[in-house]
Amino acid sequence: MNISVIVRRSLRQHALSTAVTALSVALAGGLLLTVWVVREQSQAAFTGVNGGFDAVLGARGSKLQLVLNSIFHLEASPGNVEWRDFEEIRNNPDVELAVPLAVGDNYHGWRIVGTLPDLFTNHEYAPGRSFALAPGGRWFDPLRREAVIGSFAAQKLNLKVGDTFHPFHGLIFDEHREHAETYVVVGLLKPSNTPADRVLWIPLEGLQRMSGHDASAATEVSAVLVKLNAGSPMAGFQLDNLYNKQGTRLTFAWPIGRVIAELFGKINWFDRVLTLVAWLVALVATGSILASIYNSMNERRRELAILRALGARRSTVFSVIVLEAAAIAGLGAIISFGVYALLMNGVAVIIRAQTGVMLEPFAFNAVMLWEPAVFIALGALAGVVPAVKAYRTDVAQNLTPHS
Amino acid sequence: MTTPDQPLLAIRGLQKSFVTPDGSRRCIVNVPEFSLAAGAQCALAGESGSGKTTFLHLIAGILRADTGTIQLNGEEISNYNESRRDRFRARNIGYIFQTFNLLQGYTCLENVLLGMSFGSGTDSDFARHLLERVGLADRLHHRPGQLSTGQQQRVAVARALANRPRLVLADEPTGNLDRRNSQLALALIRETCRENGAALLIVSHDEAVLADFPDRQDFHRLNRGQGVEAAV
Repeated sequence: MNISVIVRRSLRQHALSTAVTALSVALAGGLLLTVWVVREQSQAAFTGVNGGFDAVLGARGSKLQLVLNSIFHLEASPGNVEWRDFEEIRNNPDVELAVPLAVGDNYHGWRIVGTLPDLFTNHEYAPGRSFALAPGGRWFDPLRREAVIGSFAAQKLNLKVGDTFHPFHGLIFDEHREHAETYVVVGLLKPSNTPADRVLWIPLEGLQRMSGHDASAATEVSAVLVKLNAGSPMAGFQLDNLYNKQGTRLTFAWPIGRVIAELFGKINWFDRVLTLVAWLVALVATGSILASIYNSMNERRRELAILRALGARRSTVFSVIVLEAAAIAGLGAIISFGVYALLMNGVAVIIRAQTGVMLEPFAFNAVMLWEPAVFIALGALAGVVPAVKAYRTDVAQNLTPHS
Repeated sequence: MTTPDQPLLAIRGLQKSFVTPDGSRRCIVNVPEFSLAAGAQCALAGESGSGKTTFLHLIAGILRADTGTIQLNGEEISNYNESRRDRFRARNIGYIFQTFNLLQGYTCLENVLLGMSFGSGTDSDFARHLLERVGLADRLHHRPGQLSTGQQQRVAVARALANRPRLVLADEPTGNLDRRNSQLALALIRETCRENGAALLIVSHDEAVLADFPDRQDFHRLNRGQGVEAAV
């Protein structure tokens, strides 16, 4: 029988307070894990999402707005790009692929984007990964009123091949602004875990010439997605110089990852506040360990005196209490992974619904190693105060029961 | 180790005083001389508050004497620091309390094993043997709360002998038992100490207990201190 058995027995004897305290540690640990993983994964996911393109060409304005609008399908378009600008960049020898996008309509709040079939048939959205259709579908004909629906949008809108729909004007759903045109769903995208899953894709010309749209829209696009030639390492700098420094009409957002990284840089304070709150919750949980064990010390004085009378040294009873606190923290840290799984799954669903970016709750993160270690260390530290009280227990005075 | 002509326990000039609430010092124990031979069984008679428990605590090393020497098994333990006294107590002294002092969260077997864990190390077979010897073979996995007071005292006896001690100290061991159980417990303590080669020093104010001991001493005569009453 060693010290760990004494600790286990003590925890079992105080099962209720052990469970409640471990649960508070678990909640704190789960929160800390979630904040940490969401922060790191979302930053990595958002800065890593570029749809397989290097840059976005759009109207003069914010690069961030341009990227959010054309890559993440969030925010409004900062303006339009003339068709000749699209043709010019498409014909640039340093550009491998240029795909125009047109936005401005929705279907029950889900964004409709006009584009060319090239986006799906002639492009990899990630290395080795191209968009694919679910069985029974086909890509839209650019000259017909046909649509291919992103997997997540199709699921939420309950759309399937053969269904028809009328687009609504604007990016925000207004039932009074329905267009007359009827589109037929001819294909559903397989999940790509990118923002494309949240979009209803239609031919570019269809959106440009939608009834009720400004006539000038027929010769304009909202943005152009640009993939540079791999063999032209200076192309990005040259185009950046051409459009952003020499030109005044257009904005060339390049590289896409850096634009998003700048966004995260701007909201860094928010990230820090969240982390600080998570740490504060962890400290409160640690305090609950201290309070729980400290409050039990009075009723345990006799038990400690008996242990001492049997030959346990002061250092032994000190260790028992510290280990007990560490064990409660350790138990809480184990349960915190369950709390994390629940929280993270919820957060991942929300982030996917809002942005199309998929987080991976079960992907390894270093925090999963150090979080239990930190909580166990904090727990042990919290145990020091009651352990000192145990250390000072007067054996002779406490061997007889106090009524 | 003791030599044949050396007593197991030899006490000289032992004094212990406490500070009273009014700030003055009160001498509780003042025993000029006391000895106990190896394997001997001795009873100290004295009323409650006469300082008997403090005397036992001093011998066990639970308390440290102000002055005086305590030699046990050839070792001068009064100079040991607390940690060494703890270790020595665990290995050489068994203690039976009036209130049994069993740990409620542990089974009978675990209470005995716990006594071993701070001493010579756990020996499950010997722990079972002791519990069988005190008549609790069918109660090994019961908790103290599931036993009668007589049975609890028997567990305490088994625990006191768990480390094969040279000396067993028993502080009013029958104080919480009825007459019949008291006699049974006393006989058991004496028999098991004898079987295990342990000397027994028992303190009691119960005449029925004291009458059982040919070697009986009056603690009032032994102790020139003022006792513990109203002092601690």
